[in-house]
Amino acid sequence: MSHAELHQHFDIPGTTIFDGEMAMKGYGLNKMCYSFNAAAARDAFVADPEGYMDKFGLSDAQKEVVRNKDVLGMINEGGNIYYLAKLAGIFKLSVQDVGGIQTGMTTEEFKQKLLDQNNQ
Amino acid sequence: MAKVIGGITTSHIPAVGNAIAKELFEDPYWKPFFDAYPPVHEWLAEQKPDIVVNIYNDHGLGFFLDKMPTFAIGAAHEYHNEDEGWGIPAIPPMPGDAKLSWHIIEGMVEDEFDITSCQELAVDHGFTVPMQLFWPGLLDNPNLPRAVPISANTVQHPIPTLKRALDFGKSLGKALRSYPEDVKIVVLGTGGLSHQLDGERAGHINKKFDMMCMDKIVTDPEALTKISRMELVKEAGSQGTELIMWMMMRGALGDNVEVLAKNYHIPISNTGAGMLLLESKD
Repeated sequence: MSHAELHQHFDIPGTTIFDGEMAMKGYGLNKMCYSFNAAAARDAFVADPEGYMDKFGLSDAQKEVVRNKDVLGMINEGGNIYYLAKLAGIFKLSVQDVGGIQTGMTTEEFKQKLLDQNNQ
Repeated sequence: MAKVIGGITTSHIPAVGNAIAKELFEDPYWKPFFDAYPPVHEWLAEQKPDIVVNIYNDHGLGFFLDKMPTFAIGAAHEYHNEDEGWGIPAIPPMPGDAKLSWHIIEGMVEDEFDITSCQELAVDHGFTVPMQLFWPGLLDNPNLPRAVPISANTVQHPIPTLKRALDFGKSLGKALRSYPEDVKIVVLGTGGLSHQLDGERAGHINKKFDMMCMDKIVTDPEALTKISRMELVKEAGSQGTELIMWMMMRGALGDNVEVLAKNYHIPISNTGAGMLLLESKD
């Protein structure tokens, strides 16, 4: 089996496989979000978001999606949801808020979608 | 000699930590979830394991992408956690058993598993929520066992295969049973079942697949090793890959297990929440 064949990714609609390529692309963005484990880092971001993003070397595209709270954009820019969840915490967004933002639903609609899954 | 008495799987959703802090046990949303745990409490009170091997996946507290171990074993005297950035209530430091940790590491590396050993390891909700669920009161609970945390990488692909996870568990079980002290050990596999937090497919839950996994992991875990990692993402969702920890637990229990309690409920947060209490019969 060739090395290329070992990369057995196949297309899953609406799903980004967070692999080495994405982990390199999103390194600065994810590193910034990882820093938010510390309350002092969260305060520093809130006090000066632009300066804080510069400190972690975010690209212009990454800064733009953070400013816009564009979750799908952040995923596309290499953000990993586990680290992004810490940024969402600063924005006071729940997991269901984040689900709604990504699927074009209100939070209530997204919660209903989850409840409806019980009828599978 | 040490004895592996059984294993318990549970989802470890952060919202559960908040619900415990707020004591929402009778709340209509939470009751179908929390009602599954009293049989586990009864079994643990009767068995009184000395040690819990808590197999979980770090979600960005203990490890970052700068160094991402595929399998890491805690070898500390105690384990701390933090609020993880979004206000999950922190719990007090959990006592470890560094001597047993090093016995496991020695045994598994001898068995050709390449382990990252951690003398300091911040443990996140994947570890703490199950501790809160199974030993209410934690340090105030006289039956709280000493803990050995084991974390598997599910953050960044390539993640371990389900076959590797089951084999890891088998090697872990061998190491545990060779420990010369007369201790009783329970093994946890935390996380899952199907869920996806990210992307346009956020909110994906697959009840049929979860039911199949909860059945096969008891009777024929080898069958689950045929599922590729990409198939697992497709069926169970991006974060449903946490089935890996269930497989690691299952491998440690030996061939024959008896189901003492089982529960499945949709949804808790974005997740199909599963629980299994298995007693080792080997």
